Amino acid sequence: MTDLVATQGQARRRRLGSKLDFSRWLSWACFAFLGLVVVLALFGPLIAPRDPYAQDLALGLVKPSSEHWLGTDDLGRDVFSRVIAGTRTAVVGPVVIALGSMAIGNVLGVLAGYRGGRLDSTIMRWADLMFSLPSMLVIVVVAGTFGGGYWLSVGLLIALTAPFDARIIRGATIEQAPRPYVEAAKSVGLSDTRIMAMHVWPNVSPIAVANTCLVFASSLVSLAGLSFLGLGVSAGTPDWGLMVSEGRSLLFTNPVAVLAPATMIVLTATAMNLAGDWVYDRLSAQGAIR
Amino acid sequence: MGLSGIAYFIARRVLTLVVMLFVISVLIFSLLYLAPGNAVDILLGARPRTPETVKLLTEQYHLDEPFLAQYWIWLKGALHFDFGESIQTTLPVAHQIKERLPTSLLLAAYAFVLEMSFGLLFGILAARKRRTGVDRGIVAISVVGVSTPAFVSGVLMLFAFAVQLRWFPAFGAGEGFMDEVWHLTLPAISLAIVGTAYIVKHTRAAVISVLDQDYVTFARARGLSSVSVMLGYILRNSLISVLGLSAMILSFLVVGAVIVETTFSISGIGQLLVQAATSQDLPMIQGVGILVAAIVMIANLAADLAYLAFDPRIRLRSAK
Repeated sequence: MTDLVATQGQARRRRLGSKLDFSRWLSWACFAFLGLVVVLALFGPLIAPRDPYAQDLALGLVKPSSEHWLGTDDLGRDVFSRVIAGTRTAVVGPVVIALGSMAIGNVLGVLAGYRGGRLDSTIMRWADLMFSLPSMLVIVVVAGTFGGGYWLSVGLLIALTAPFDARIIRGATIEQAPRPYVEAAKSVGLSDTRIMAMHVWPNVSPIAVANTCLVFASSLVSLAGLSFLGLGVSAGTPDWGLMVSEGRSLLFTNPVAVLAPATMIVLTATAMNLAGDWVYDRLSAQGAIR
Repeated sequence: MGLSGIAYFIARRVLTLVVMLFVISVLIFSLLYLAPGNAVDILLGARPRTPETVKLLTEQYHLDEPFLAQYWIWLKGALHFDFGESIQTTLPVAHQIKERLPTSLLLAAYAFVLEMSFGLLFGILAARKRRTGVDRGIVAISVVGVSTPAFVSGVLMLFAFAVQLRWFPAFGAGEGFMDEVWHLTLPAISLAIVGTAYIVKHTRAAVISVLDQDYVTFARARGLSSVSVMLGYILRNSLISVLGLSAMILSFLVVGAVIVETTFSISGIGQLLVQAATSQDLPMIQGVGILVAAIVMIANLAADLAYLAFDPRIRLRSAK
């Protein structure tokens, strides 16, 4: 059955011809860019041509040159090196958020969808409460009370994103629960825990994977926003959001200091959103997502 | 039966709203005790700690009363729009909120109008030109739009339209209503981008699903003009699914307003909240926090009721 769907998909792809070449090119470009971002996040400080923290007050602000490819900011720090070094804080937090909220969301979602009853309604009421408040408002209020910080924001974003994931996974689980394979597993006498973990979850996991990409993209944007507001990373850290905030006053003198980190935020988030859509399309073409 | 069903639905929603606001108010009040450090020190801020100031604050905020009694006093004050005094400015919190609220509401309303008009326009256009270059172009731009946070689009627009082209003022509030709207144009656009992208995506999907319906084919077969088919049949049905997004759109507006007001240095309540958050001004955080939460929840309720009014099918279902 799965094979049949896949071949149909391939045939359609062949028929579409040139259009598909563009979308294939686009998905390759996305993955290549994301690969580059991962490399920068892992080895950024080694790749950066200069020390991203080193100030040169005597030099001050200069425009892009062969010496400083993207110029320097008002403290004489090399913008190119700071953009590269900033990849780490831009990527690590969203990865932790995407994985953390998916772990919580998957467990709660499968539990709620499979068990149903009071557990289901309790988890969903909790999700409703989380939905009714804009997450950024909650984060700004809490971060303001506790003094902000990168990891506080990461923790809060996990707590606020998990209900969204739980709801999606619950929906997928409810579709799986009445299927014959679940009944077969039950009749063999497997425990509910084992059925949920080994039988139901693998069937909803494609949705989880696609959703993880989307969560990554949205939390990248949220974290950068918090750093922009001064509630994320501490001052002086090379971080894309913070660089946009610091560079606002440089718009008239060295606009590249703002445009470079801003472009990186948009490109990374766009690439991740497209990758999520790509995974989703791919898996639904294979019949993994219905 | 139908009417009592609706009444029951509304009553249940209003009750839920009151309960949730109560829970949120308890949480927001407890922030003062959850915050690291002692309540008196937090409320003192940068002022010197002398027995007199401590005594004054203890009296003013009833710090010597038990927690629940303090909450009760705070809640009574909050219901009368009294949230205490800002630590930073020592002015009443409510006074500052009142001063800034109109600007924020104008900004949000402006962005909402932009979102709705452009979102629906491009969504319908993409659906009508399905599988053409126009459609793919619009979809591609909306993916980029969703991935562009308001502060990035804000800074980019400041650079392009205020610094390079000098079409719009970079800062300032403007004199008089029209000038104020003019000053809010760039902020409103950058606030509207993410919401517009979502509305385009959903409108496109909704219109495509409606286009093939029998009643649309039948309306065309009856010889109705394409404009009246679009407005009376397709758009009306697609609007319902867009209304279903209202909670999300609203949340984008609130979140975006906080960021956009900081980006463009607009003195609205979003900027007030950020200033309070970065300086740990707790009475201000509490006041703005509870007020924005209340506004969001009431607006959500209003959107749900509008949904009910728009779609007879839901009314029938809830009546059963």
